[in-house]
Amino acid sequence: MSGIAIKNLNVWFSEGRDRVDAVKNATLAVQQGSSFGLVGESGSGKSTILRALTGLVPTWDGHMEAAGETLGKKRSASFHKKVQMVFQDPYASLHPRHSVDQVLSETLGLHGYKDIEARVSKLLNDVGLGPSFRFRYPHQLSGGQRQRVAIARALAPEPVLLLLDEPTSALDVSVQAEILNLLTDLRTERNLTYLMVSHDLAVVSHMCERIAVMQNGEVVELMTVQDMRAAKPKQSYTRHLLESALGYKRQEFREAGD
Amino acid sequence: MTAVGIPEPGKPGWRQWLLTDTPTSRRHARAASLYQSWLTLKSNKLAMIGLGILVFLALVALFAPILSPYDPFAQDLGNRLQPLGADGHLLGTDSLGRDILSRLIHGSRITLYIVSLVALIAPIAGLIVGTVAGYVGGWSDTVLMRITDIFLAFPRLVLALAFVAALGAGIENAVLAIALTAWPPYARIARAETLSIRKSDYISAVKLQGAGPLRIITKHIWPLCISSLIVRVTLDMAGIILAAAGLGFLGLGAQPPSPEWGAMISEGRKFILDHWWIATMPGLAIFTVSLAFNLLGDGLRDVLDPKDGGEL
Repeated sequence: MSGIAIKNLNVWFSEGRDRVDAVKNATLAVQQGSSFGLVGESGSGKSTILRALTGLVPTWDGHMEAAGETLGKKRSASFHKKVQMVFQDPYASLHPRHSVDQVLSETLGLHGYKDIEARVSKLLNDVGLGPSFRFRYPHQLSGGQRQRVAIARALAPEPVLLLLDEPTSALDVSVQAEILNLLTDLRTERNLTYLMVSHDLAVVSHMCERIAVMQNGEVVELMTVQDMRAAKPKQSYTRHLLESALGYKRQEFREAGD
Repeated sequence: MTAVGIPEPGKPGWRQWLLTDTPTSRRHARAASLYQSWLTLKSNKLAMIGLGILVFLALVALFAPILSPYDPFAQDLGNRLQPLGADGHLLGTDSLGRDILSRLIHGSRITLYIVSLVALIAPIAGLIVGTVAGYVGGWSDTVLMRITDIFLAFPRLVLALAFVAALGAGIENAVLAIALTAWPPYARIARAETLSIRKSDYISAVKLQGAGPLRIITKHIWPLCISSLIVRVTLDMAGIILAAAGLGFLGLGAQPPSPEWGAMISEGRKFILDHWWIATMPGLAIFTVSLAFNLLGDGLRDVLDPKDGGEL
C-alpha cells in the first residue's frame, strides 16, 4: 500500500519535567489516491502528526508508513521525492530573499532534474501563475500567489503524497476558494493522495472523503464525510465540535434573516 | 508645444526597466532590486555624505603618489614644525620637517588597508562561527559560544595589545590582532539571527526537499544574516580605525616612519602645546573617516535591515 499508515504514534516535545505529549497513541490509515482530513481544535496535535511524518519532529515512536516506505529516524531522498508538504502560512514558508525562480530551480536541482528551465515554466503554469511571476520576489506577491508558489514547490519533485497543513487558513475567503479548487484539480490530474489538516470543517468536507477528529493529542473518532455531513458522530466530542461549527452558522443565518 | 514633458530618449525606459514589477530574467530581477535599494539609500542625505567621503578617501588612496606634493618620508630638518599654510606646506610640517599633507594622503592607504582587511576577516569568521553554532545547536553551540564569550570578556584594545606583543609590532599583526578581537560580536549577531531563522517554515520547506545542513547554512541562512552584518561592519569601522590608530599611537601598530594616522598623532603628542596642528590634522582625518562610516552604516541599516522589510 502506498498511502499512509500510522499505528500507535506518540510524539512529544522536550524531556523530563517539561515533556509535552503532543500526540498520544494515534492510529489512522489513508488509502492511496484518497483525501483524508485531520480536524480538531488548536493544539490537538493535528499539525504535529504531519511534522512527525516528514521528519521535522524527531521525537516520536510507534509505526509510520508512507508512500510504501516504513519510516525510521531519518528520511531518505526517495521519501522527499514522494512526500511533500504545503505549509500553513505562505508569508513564512517562502525565503524572503529568494525569487520564485530561485525557489523552484533549487528544489528541482535538489531532486536531480536536468531540464530545470522547462520544468519551472510548466510548474508555474500548473499552479495558475504565468511566466511574468517567475522572477518576482515574495514581497511582490499576494498571499494567494505565494501559496501557489508554495504548492508549485511541493509539486516540483512529482510527489504521490501531499501533506497540507491548513493551506488556506492564512488567506482571505475568496482566495481560499481559489486555492482549494486548485488543490482539487491538481489531485484529479496527478492522482495525488492528500492528508489535510484543518480546523475548518467546511474546507474538510469540501476536500476530503474521510476524516479523523483529534482532541488533546488523541484521535477520538474516524468517520466518513457523509457521516459528518449527516451529523452522525459516535463520540460526544465530535458532536460538540460539529455543533459548534454548525451552530455558529445557524446563528449567523438567523441574524441575517432578522 | 515645446519640448517640455518630452523625456530624454532612453533614460526613462531604462528607469522603467529597473523599476518593473515583472522582471523577465534573473539578471533583470537582481538589477531591479539593487536599484530599489540604491534609491532608498540615495534618499538618505547623510548616508550619501558618508558615501561621498569614503569614495573621496578611496580616490585619494588610489592616486596618493600623484596627489601628494612631497615625498611623505623626505626629511628636512631645517624646515621642521612649520605652521599651517607655511611655505608650500599646506598643513605644515612635523618634527622631522616632513610635509603633513603628503603623509596624510599616503596614510589613507594604510587606513584603507587595515579597514578592508579587518572587514574581510572578522565578519566572515563571525558569520561562520555564529551560523554553525546557531544552526547545529547543542554541543557545538555551547563550545563555540563559550569561546566567543571568552574573547568578548577582554577589553578590546587590551586583547589586541596582548596579541601584538605576542606576534610582534607591525601593521599586519595589528590587523590580525584587531580582527581577532572584532569577530565575537559578529558571531553573536549571526547566531541570534540563525536561531530566529532556523525554525521558520522556509527552512523546514527546504529540508523537506532533502537539503543538507551545509546548503541550508550557506544558501538560506547566510543571505539573511549578511545584511545585518554589513550594517554592523560599517558601524564598527570607526572603532576599527580607532583601534588601529590606538595601536599606532601606542607604538604597537605601524612603525615609524610609516605615515599611519595614529602613529602621526603619537609623534605630534610631544609638541601638542606649541604646535597643535601636528597631532590635530591626522586626528581630524580619523574623525572624518569614522564619521563617514557611521553615517553610511546608518543609511545602510535602513536599506538592508530585513526586519524593516527592506530588500537586497
